[in-house]
Amino acid sequence: MDLNRLVRRSDHEWEIAPSGGMRVPAILYASKALVRAMDDKVCEQAANVAMLPGIVRASFAMPDAHWGYGFPIGGVAAFDAKRGGVVSAGGVGFDISCGVRCLTTNLVRADVEAVKRMLADALFARVPAGMGRTGSIRLSAAETEAMLAGGARWAVARGYGSEADLERVEERGRIAHAQPGTVSEQARRRQREEMGTLGSGNHYLEVQEVVEVQDAAAAAAYGLAQGAIVVMIHCGSRGLGHQIGTEYLKRMAIAAPSFGIALPDRELACAPIDSDLGQEYLGAMRAAVNCALANRQILTHLVRSVFADVLPAARLDVLYDVSHNTCKVETHVVDGKPRELHVHRKGATRAWGPGHPELPAALRAAGQPVLIGGSMGAGSYVLAGTRASESRAFSSACHGAGRAMSRHQALRTWSGRQVIDALAAQGILIRSASDRGVAEEAPGAYKDLGAVVDAAEAAGLARKVARTVPLVCIKG
Amino acid sequence: MVDAPVGSRVRWEHFAHEADVGVRGVGATKSEAFEQAGLALTAIVTDPDGVEAVEDVEVRCEAPDDELLLAEWLNRLIYEMATRRLVFGRYAVAIDGTALVAHALGERIDVARHQPAAEPKGATFTTLRVAREDGGWVAQTVVDV
Repeated sequence: MDLNRLVRRSDHEWEIAPSGGMRVPAILYASKALVRAMDDKVCEQAANVAMLPGIVRASFAMPDAHWGYGFPIGGVAAFDAKRGGVVSAGGVGFDISCGVRCLTTNLVRADVEAVKRMLADALFARVPAGMGRTGSIRLSAAETEAMLAGGARWAVARGYGSEADLERVEERGRIAHAQPGTVSEQARRRQREEMGTLGSGNHYLEVQEVVEVQDAAAAAAYGLAQGAIVVMIHCGSRGLGHQIGTEYLKRMAIAAPSFGIALPDRELACAPIDSDLGQEYLGAMRAAVNCALANRQILTHLVRSVFADVLPAARLDVLYDVSHNTCKVETHVVDGKPRELHVHRKGATRAWGPGHPELPAALRAAGQPVLIGGSMGAGSYVLAGTRASESRAFSSACHGAGRAMSRHQALRTWSGRQVIDALAAQGILIRSASDRGVAEEAPGAYKDLGAVVDAAEAAGLARKVARTVPLVCIKG
Repeated sequence: MVDAPVGSRVRWEHFAHEADVGVRGVGATKSEAFEQAGLALTAIVTDPDGVEAVEDVEVRCEAPDDELLLAEWLNRLIYEMATRRLVFGRYAVAIDGTALVAHALGERIDVARHQPAAEPKGATFTTLRVAREDGGWVAQTVVDV
């Protein structure tokens, strides 16, 4: 990116001053090296978001921002319904409520090493991953309705996990005001065989070891310790969310002129929050959030059942479950006054700081766990929300590394077998139905996650708690 | 195989996008460009040449303009692939004004043989373009995977 387009406000804060149709500035939080490496499209997209009606303070981009569709991936923007604010299907994306769930265990590396192959094979056999593999759960029409309204709470009521899990899921496992009636038959049909499936692309299920603890107090509050084993699940609302995103993107793009909204990019398709279409989308999107929460809850149950067979003494507890493609109604202080805002996070994680009332009591002092998924070789991070993050970007942080190389280029650079063998040499077992899928997700195709989380910490968005590396990766 | 033969007047290709995959179809007519864009969509999942034409799915859609019609066409294919567990290796498209009628020929996905890579989630409006170019037609957009 051409740095001349930006004003450096501090070491890790860069501004694109309002020009043209921009109503507010665009602000990028990143190191100089990360900003330099970003595509110019990030600038363009962040500036386009700043043109949308009712946007509050600024259009933000996180340290892992990259060229997305409409919003940059790693984009955050808040809108005020009382000031003509909009909700954007493009600002949430197709994989509504895609997110990460982390499970802590009472295991250490040696426990897993003894049975690693068996564990990898059993997880791969029982957790449906990749295109063409279906789940074994079929929901009746009435049960689908209950799932869309109930989220992870519905799943727990059906025996997939325990009440204690729900305390550790955003929205306590169920987002309010979902309207299953706004979810089309096509979206339901697309979900019919996909409950309890992982999906493909960058989705995964990993057994990881905590290799580094940066904040001992927060790590203790989170149940993390050097050498401990955790499980991370990265997936979203599957076909149901994809179809809802598709349908409302089109409807909003066609309807925008009737609302007097001139879209700088059709992908920014949106509708006023206080319109029938805006409310309908919010109702459907929240149903998709509940679908994602239910899905990750079912996957947790499947993981526990595998561990119960392979490592019967294992106990798996939910550390936290965060979604990084959402629009949520939140109260934030703007110019000294609390305001109710619709906060879009597309490839960005909510990051409540210490003391936030929405956090469960056991996590309140440390702040919210911010789960950052990495590539299958480089590992992942657990961060904690900070109080400063509220004044930066409405309590938001990064969500992952972002690709450094297109799938096309990755495929020309590596073979799946090569990647699997190289990772096996490092003690990392990969299980996937597709060699090509593995090549496209090669660790070298991703940016340096360490640089991203360092920048998030330096910018005050979140602070580092622990780093993990995978031992087993089930690739979608 | 990721690219169709380079230099061919009728072809499909992928173009780079940071997070996702750009699909582009080129043809002598708009319909042909849409058929080729369909093959580029298939190629996100598997090599279109490795797909047998066993099942024939009829697709009909409409949109207010050419570009939204391309997005709609690709999204209908994504829907049929997802709900019928199919991959398509051949398309026959006829476009009349704002309406499209097509036959998508393919087979049920075979995980071992097709080695499905990324799953298309939806066709975006990013870089969405349907236009005359060099005496033919180009139809392109970015697909979220």
